[in-house]
Amino acid sequence: MEFKQLVFYFFATVLVFAASCVITVRNPVKAALFLVLAFFSAAGLWMLLQAEFLAIALVLVYVGAVMVLFLFVVMMLDINQARMREGFGEYLPIGGLVAVLLVLEMGIILASGPFGTAHMPEPAGFPASHSNTRELGRLLYTTYVYPFEIAALILLVAIVAAIALTLRRRKDSKYQDPAMQLRARRDERVRLVKMPSEKKS
Amino acid sequence: MIPLEHYLILGAILFALSVVGIFLNRKNLVVLLMAIELMLLAVNLNFVAFSHYLGDIAGQVFVFFILTVAAAESAIGLAILVVVFRNRQSINVEDLGSLKG
Repeated sequence: MEFKQLVFYFFATVLVFAASCVITVRNPVKAALFLVLAFFSAAGLWMLLQAEFLAIALVLVYVGAVMVLFLFVVMMLDINQARMREGFGEYLPIGGLVAVLLVLEMGIILASGPFGTAHMPEPAGFPASHSNTRELGRLLYTTYVYPFEIAALILLVAIVAAIALTLRRRKDSKYQDPAMQLRARRDERVRLVKMPSEKKS
Repeated sequence: MIPLEHYLILGAILFALSVVGIFLNRKNLVVLLMAIELMLLAVNLNFVAFSHYLGDIAGQVFVFFILTVAAAESAIGLAILVVVFRNRQSINVEDLGSLKG
């Protein structure tokens, strides 16, 4: 039990540190890398909560795909960092105030008892033969099969939208038009020339 | 023995940090998108914690759907970002005022 607590507080500290670095660091590339660290620590916490499939999915989907996409875009764009930092300190007091209030309010509600160990003790945990992936898959393909299909559709729409937004047709590129090709007639293209054969000298 | 409170307070801290991120980096569209990702992560953490402590796996199914929608959202958001940058050579939110009357 003691080791589990140690792991929890370690991951929680890293997570909060990475999140605060994401929002304060100057360079967007570094911010993206700190976001990767935050996702990794969150995956560790989910592992502690016995949500193994989601932890792996978070690392694979988020760190492997979404964050790489972020890095691509950040490195592709030429961002003027000095201009981006204008007004950074200007909004720090009000932003900090809002954040402190948010955490205080949530802390007051949460610490008042309904989520303490008295009301919600930690469950015993599953035996080693329990498969989180199997349980999740069973629920996903029976009860939640229609939402699952809608999720697939959302991903398809996202693919189409992202490609349609960024696809740029170059004006100087040459491509074939089959309709024009079929419309070609023989006598427009071929000219027969009558030419006498040469005498051998 | 880790009480559920600690997970929830961690989620609250993460959420508050990303709200501050939106306040601070209100010029930089990329960091705004990153702050939104952090917010979704905080919400997901709460979902997974409740799912574990209540012994109900439906919370994890919900996290699955949130991950799907978040991936779609960030893909489209980054595509829009690239188009905006291509058109005005800047991703400063202040420059995006052409719809203003």
